[in-house]
Amino acid sequence: MGISNIIRVEDVHRHFVVGEETVRALRGVSFTIKEGEFVTIMGSSGSGKSTLLNLLGCLDTPTSGEYYLDEISVRTMDGNRRATLRNRKIGFVFQSYNLLPKTTALENVELPLFYNPSVSASARKHKALAALDAVGLSDRINHRSNQMSGGQQQRVAIARALVNDPVLILADEATGNLDTRTSYEILALFQKLHAEGRTIVFVTHNPEIASFSSRNIVLKDGRIIDDRYNDNIQSAAEALAAMPPEED
Amino acid sequence: MNYGNLFKIAIKAIRNNKIRSLLTMLGIIIGITAVILMISLGQGAKSTIKGEISSIGSNLINIWPSSADESGARRSAADMQSLKMSDYEALRREARYLRYISPSFSSGGQAIAGNNNTPTTIYGVNTEYLEIQGLEILKGEMFTDEHIREIAKVCLLGQTVVDELFDGDSDAALGSVIRFNSLPVRVIGILKSKGSSAMGSDQDDIIIAPYTTVQKRVMAIDYIPSIVASGLSEEYSGQAIDEITAILRQQHGIKGEAKNNFRVMSMDEILDTIDQVMNTLTLLLAAIAFISLIVGGVGIMNIMYVSVTERTREIGLRMSIGAKSNQIMMQFLIEAVVISVTGGIIGILSGLILNGLISLIMTMTGSSMSMLISGKSIVVAFLVCTFTGIFFGWYPARKAARLDPIDALRYE
Repeated sequence: MGISNIIRVEDVHRHFVVGEETVRALRGVSFTIKEGEFVTIMGSSGSGKSTLLNLLGCLDTPTSGEYYLDEISVRTMDGNRRATLRNRKIGFVFQSYNLLPKTTALENVELPLFYNPSVSASARKHKALAALDAVGLSDRINHRSNQMSGGQQQRVAIARALVNDPVLILADEATGNLDTRTSYEILALFQKLHAEGRTIVFVTHNPEIASFSSRNIVLKDGRIIDDRYNDNIQSAAEALAAMPPEED
Repeated sequence: MNYGNLFKIAIKAIRNNKIRSLLTMLGIIIGITAVILMISLGQGAKSTIKGEISSIGSNLINIWPSSADESGARRSAADMQSLKMSDYEALRREARYLRYISPSFSSGGQAIAGNNNTPTTIYGVNTEYLEIQGLEILKGEMFTDEHIREIAKVCLLGQTVVDELFDGDSDAALGSVIRFNSLPVRVIGILKSKGSSAMGSDQDDIIIAPYTTVQKRVMAIDYIPSIVASGLSEEYSGQAIDEITAILRQQHGIKGEAKNNFRVMSMDEILDTIDQVMNTLTLLLAAIAFISLIVGGVGIMNIMYVSVTERTREIGLRMSIGAKSNQIMMQFLIEAVVISVTGGIIGILSGLILNGLISLIMTMTGSSMSMLISGKSIVVAFLVCTFTGIFFGWYPARKAARLDPIDALRYE
């Protein structure tokens, strides 16, 4: 076998009861993501991608079907066990960064480790510095979130997602708040992490991003309508270099 | 769960909102300061009053005719005159738990010497009165049993009377003849000053004379208004009272369930009564101060509630990166407790400082009142503000813990 399954989704349904109506957000979704894949999950709003993201992120559990994260069944887990699972296995990157205000980059990156009692204070700082180094922010460790640009803030958020050495990085429209140039920078960073062997799931409605990933899953009305590997992965770094130079 | 980390997180959150946290603390600071000062004031007043009474001697026993029954209805005139000379003599003869005993005839009137006159009180007593009341002689000497037998027109003056009649010149006073109302009496001694009593009455504004003199020449009565005595020691005051009661009941022919027509009260009991009254007063003061502490607690609740709403996304983030709901709860609870306990500590310190200042002012103005900080009140204040933090932080913290991470992350 060699390469293990990070995500295994088997005929997952997720229904929400809103008033007297039942909304079927996911209607039988199955797929497997192996270690080292960079998968984009696309779909328009209402396609069920947010619901799928919440399930993959262990923030929610399926109504029926099975979800295995790193071969651990999540469906029957209670809130506390899923919290611990998120803490150990998942790194989240959000559209709006979600950094703590008035808090330095270092402290923001350290945050997940605060909820892991087995990590000592010195190990915490060491890991956080290494994560900040990995996203190229070694010179910004003591900057507060409000002193940084959007791109820098998103890098801090990515460092925070890396700090617990997760099996899965889950990005939710991670370039949604950024301009084209900065988006490329962030995508280049994701590609670098991918190249280093990280497993990344990037949920987006922007079709352009699919060209930078290794695989693209498309959702519509709660079902997968397309799932294909990308033979022609574009380099975000090259796309960045091809852009006209910034004025002033 | 790692409380150390949660504590750091809570401290960080407080430091991120310095002004707000400080204002929230202010409620607690004021509340605790008020509680400390009020209790200190109450306890100080209590100890001052008790101290001054104890200086008289807490084994002092007073016997009065009982002028009212327990329902407060006034009794007959006969009851008001129920103590007779024979009662005094019986007590003197039979009571084994008493060391000293003296009848006490007191009568208000005008003391006159030359051109000076002053309203004062004359006490008709026996030679043991000095011991009973802890009085000492400054100049001259005490009257004798012979003076008592002879119904002699002699007296001793308190310092205030000397001041009023002789402009403080005790040498001039000694040996002179003054008049109490129309009765001329010779001054054979001057009493040492005792200062004012806890109740504020001037203990030096007295004249003492042989009881026969006051009874016959001033008051012209055949009963005794009251008897004062001192017990063997404070620990026997209970037995002394029982004994006096038994002797007097026998003297008065009171049997079975019939009520006493006299009252016996030891200084101990008076002290107990004062204790109760002052404790009630202290409690009342503390209760008023407590209200401000509760207002402070509501302030904490209010701010924590706003804080939870304002930090909904932060809570969502923390949950998404692995915070369990009870850890979120603890974070906010710790935050509330840290605010209230810090406020409490500052309140205790400011209470101590203000207490010192007030004491200083009291000393400088010569007030006999004092402030008394009790360690107990500090411990109680500390516990109360910890409890306040937990109590008023609970609801907001639970609200935070019950947030759904998905909704919290989307909160705008």
